Amino acid sequence: MLEVAQLHAHYGRAHILHGLSFHVGEGEVVCLLGRNGAGKSTSLKAVMGLLRPSTGRVRFRGQELAGKPPHAIARSGLGYVPEERRIFAELTVLENLEVGRRPAAPGLRPWTVERLFELFPSLAALRHRPGGRMSGGEQQMLTIARTLMGNPSLLLLDEPSEGLAPVVVERIAATLQALKAEGLSILLSEQNLAFAGAVADRAYILETGHIRHEGPMREIMADTGLRARYLSV
Amino acid sequence: MEALALQALNGLASASSLFLVSAGLTIIFGVSRIVNFAHGSFYMLGAYLAWTLTSQGPLAEWGGFWGFWGAVLLAALAVGVIGAAAEVLVLRRVYQAPELFQLLATFALVLVVQDLALLLWGAEDKFGPRAPLLRGAVEILGLRFPRYELFMIVVGPVVLGLLWLLLHRTRFGILLRAATQDREMVAALGVDQRRLFTGVFFLGAALAGLAGALQLPREAVTLHMDMAIIVEAFVVVVVGGLGSLPGAFLAALLIGELHAFGILAFPRITLVLVFLVMAAVLVLRPYGLLGRRPSGLQPAAPMAAPLPPPSGRRQRVLVTLPAAVVLLLLPPFLGDYARILLTDFAVFILFAASLHFIMGPGGMASFGHAAYFGAGAYAAALLTRHMGAPMEVGLALAPFAAGLVGLLFGWLCVRFSGVYAAMLTLALAQIAWSIAFQWVEVTGGDNGILGVWPSDWARDRLSFWYLALLLCSLGTWLLRRAIRAPFGLALRAQRDSPLRAEAVGLDGFRLRWLGFALAAAMAGLAGAVFAYGKGSVFPSFLGIPRSVDALVMVLLGGVQTLSGPILGAVAYIGLQDQLARVTDLWRLLLGLVILALVLFFPRGLAGAIARPEPRA
Amino acid sequence: MRPVLEAAGLTKRWGGIQAVDGVSFALAPGEILALIGPNGAGKSTCFNMLNGQIRPDGGRVLLRGQDVTGLPPRRIWRLGVGRTFQVTATFASMSVLDNVRLVLLSHHRRLFRFWRPASDLFGQEALALLERVGMAGQAGRISGILAYGDLKRLELAMALAHAPSLLLMDEPTAGMAPADRLEMMAQMVGVARRSGIAVLFTEHDMDVVFAHADRLLVLDRGRLIAEGPPEAVRRDPLVRDVYLGQGLG
Repeated sequence: MLEVAQLHAHYGRAHILHGLSFHVGEGEVVCLLGRNGAGKSTSLKAVMGLLRPSTGRVRFRGQELAGKPPHAIARSGLGYVPEERRIFAELTVLENLEVGRRPAAPGLRPWTVERLFELFPSLAALRHRPGGRMSGGEQQMLTIARTLMGNPSLLLLDEPSEGLAPVVVERIAATLQALKAEGLSILLSEQNLAFAGAVADRAYILETGHIRHEGPMREIMADTGLRARYLSV
Repeated sequence: MEALALQALNGLASASSLFLVSAGLTIIFGVSRIVNFAHGSFYMLGAYLAWTLTSQGPLAEWGGFWGFWGAVLLAALAVGVIGAAAEVLVLRRVYQAPELFQLLATFALVLVVQDLALLLWGAEDKFGPRAPLLRGAVEILGLRFPRYELFMIVVGPVVLGLLWLLLHRTRFGILLRAATQDREMVAALGVDQRRLFTGVFFLGAALAGLAGALQLPREAVTLHMDMAIIVEAFVVVVVGGLGSLPGAFLAALLIGELHAFGILAFPRITLVLVFLVMAAVLVLRPYGLLGRRPSGLQPAAPMAAPLPPPSGRRQRVLVTLPAAVVLLLLPPFLGDYARILLTDFAVFILFAASLHFIMGPGGMASFGHAAYFGAGAYAAALLTRHMGAPMEVGLALAPFAAGLVGLLFGWLCVRFSGVYAAMLTLALAQIAWSIAFQWVEVTGGDNGILGVWPSDWARDRLSFWYLALLLCSLGTWLLRRAIRAPFGLALRAQRDSPLRAEAVGLDGFRLRWLGFALAAAMAGLAGAVFAYGKGSVFPSFLGIPRSVDALVMVLLGGVQTLSGPILGAVAYIGLQDQLARVTDLWRLLLGLVILALVLFFPRGLAGAIARPEPRA
Repeated sequence: MRPVLEAAGLTKRWGGIQAVDGVSFALAPGEILALIGPNGAGKSTCFNMLNGQIRPDGGRVLLRGQDVTGLPPRRIWRLGVGRTFQVTATFASMSVLDNVRLVLLSHHRRLFRFWRPASDLFGQEALALLERVGMAGQAGRISGILAYGDLKRLELAMALAHAPSLLLMDEPTAGMAPADRLEMMAQMVGVARRSGIAVLFTEHDMDVVFAHADRLLVLDRGRLIAEGPPEAVRRDPLVRDVYLGQGLG
């Protein structure tokens, strides 16, 4: 579904991504693992067009995305959930959802505000609350809901568990499992191995802009040597 | 009592139209991060179009209620379309350009619209009809209030309410608010920003056009409306907080009333009151009454070009020496016209060099540099006229007078960057202009001060040319020395990286402030030489067109070169001299030249000529 | 011996989030201390409260016993604190030599001079500093076109120009290829040790941290959760949890 080949990216003069290649299949949940600064967020931003890749290909369902503006990439079916959440602080929950609303592709069951409130019941009570006056966990749910309003077929999630209390992390994981059951494909970046293990089918381990390992999530969870080398202290 | 009540009412009515213009300005800025200098032009176009529609064509024949109000609404819509067209044709191409070029592009539109309006409607003032149903006055508590003023008072809050509904109850409005907070995220959610931008320009321009059309029954339509309103709108958005609609409303009320009562209390210096209020607000709340610190959404400025190495002996022998010989030995063989033109070149080279000092090494913007040129000129003229001081004293003191004005204005301006600095410098210059214009007893008002002649020994054109050459070269040389001295190095350092500069002990505010004042002093010297050369001073010396002259000279020459101001001044003054001979539409041509410059030569003439930087 | 730097109960809130929550530690003269923690742990906020960029909501920062809480960065610099930035910050339009020269001019308080060319001043001293970091050969180049590693070396020379007693380095190896990181850090730490300069740095490359820090501070959600020599911290179960995730599994 998504195929990234030889992706290079720079921030100013710093070379961040050194020729990454990875792919996501239909209905698959794939995780980019790695420590801070490994290049996980940058990879997602480059796929989404928020950072223009220096070179490399990003193909989505056969269509070339590299070099296109973010709104065109979003319209081709990618939904992006940023690490910093980037809630529109002065807009209410309903208004935040409205910004994300886009028509669904034919044949897909479209997301509506009511369906999203079923998925995230705690948001329903806050519908008129400005986004800036919500807790971190509520904001994380809102930012996922806002992206779902665009009816994406592939969801890009940047460190969804970051800075959240364990109980909230559990709820987000359950949500992602539910979305996966609906047939949504997901590419996420994570540092939290337990969280990644709970949702992902397959993972790539990144270090300093290179892919160091690729494999089924279950194997990575079991390989203590791998974990110690790339993910632990 | 009646006078006071009427004045208060008048203030409220003015506040409404001021709010409409400021609201458009602030909405456009919120989404596009462009401060639209042409917003006053939209306002003026609204007034002219409404005048045309009510005085000729089908609506005028229809007349009556629908004839008038239909014309007002149609004029507003037409201006909205013009605004959208300006976005698509010009501004869309400069979103990625440095801020200064965006501002300059909108400024070019001002010039173009001015001459087009002159061409279409002529120079004489136009008087519109009075509004149907709203003629005459009503009596409240024994006082007679004009109906139209009461209507205007209602317009402001009604538009505020409608805008609120638009922004909160429609998808377009919600997207606008979201884009104001985080443009990139809105794009990542699949919203095409181009349509949003065009839409916001339509909305903002239509509001300005509506305000202009509604002025028709209140005042004559003139070619000066654009600058008058844009300066006040800048003051309003700066005081209210850029991007805040309620802030704009509040500030419009404040400024409207300040004007209304200022005229009763200090009829000559109402704008000085405005200045004091603005200064007080900005010192207490740097981002306005209801504003917030703008989040850093501007594209990062490109790296400033390095300073060329100091000229070696060879260059001095090959360029400087022959130039000096020509400038000293040729003029005795020239006529007076050529000597006057040469003197103008010298004056404007120094003027451009002083602005370049602020913009290049300083990394600041000044859209009101003529204030300091004019301060020097007026200081010399006032010394001559009121104290009988000889030219030598006038020339010696003028830089200090201008430097003092620079210290005063700079103290406010250099704490801001980008659009805020641009708006503030422009507004302050306009306030200085209005003092020269309004304070007739001292400055002679529009008639200026005549008889500002040089001392006897310098009275003939040739001697005065040598004097001008000496002073202007000295000033320009002083600025060039300062750029290479430790002070200039520090000034460039705080421009390159404010964060790093602060982290190695540099006080950016003091550096910029002093740099600003030094440049102001040199502009003042240029102004004083100019005043003695012409024998008189006029408010136009401090006018906005003169500030634009300086900006164009610097940008034409290229901000990042040392020889830029010289090339730019010579090219520009030469061009203006030629254009003024062949056409009356020099502003139109100038505007088009600026647009071409912004769109095609962002590095200026000197930048285009120079060899490309060797890269590692 | 009196610590070079002391933080006592540093606290900062952003909106509703407690970014830094009562962080206290001390740094001995000549010590190399690393501040680590996962993303969002509060490292940057903590760091910027020490260098004056952010004013703390609560707590104090002491430099050799002197209270500097809330002073602007330039005042803190004057008291002998050098800095390098995560995204290198040099004066891009100026030559490498002028970058260092400017710091020397500031150090000697000679900035407000308008006549004599700056190029006549402190040339030898600036060149000597560049020599110390191996950049003398590039003195004449414009700093904006330097390679990334050379920029970092220039930043180090600029820090040394002020003869600091403490160096604050924010992610000194960020943006570098892994192979170059250890070498770069070895050079920086080497210069600091030879000059007796204490160093506090944040870093996410664990190889760099364990190779060069005398002691580690671990932040998580604004709190200091561990402190000690590298090996002890590596074995700390709480630290392992923070880095490997928790709550699921």
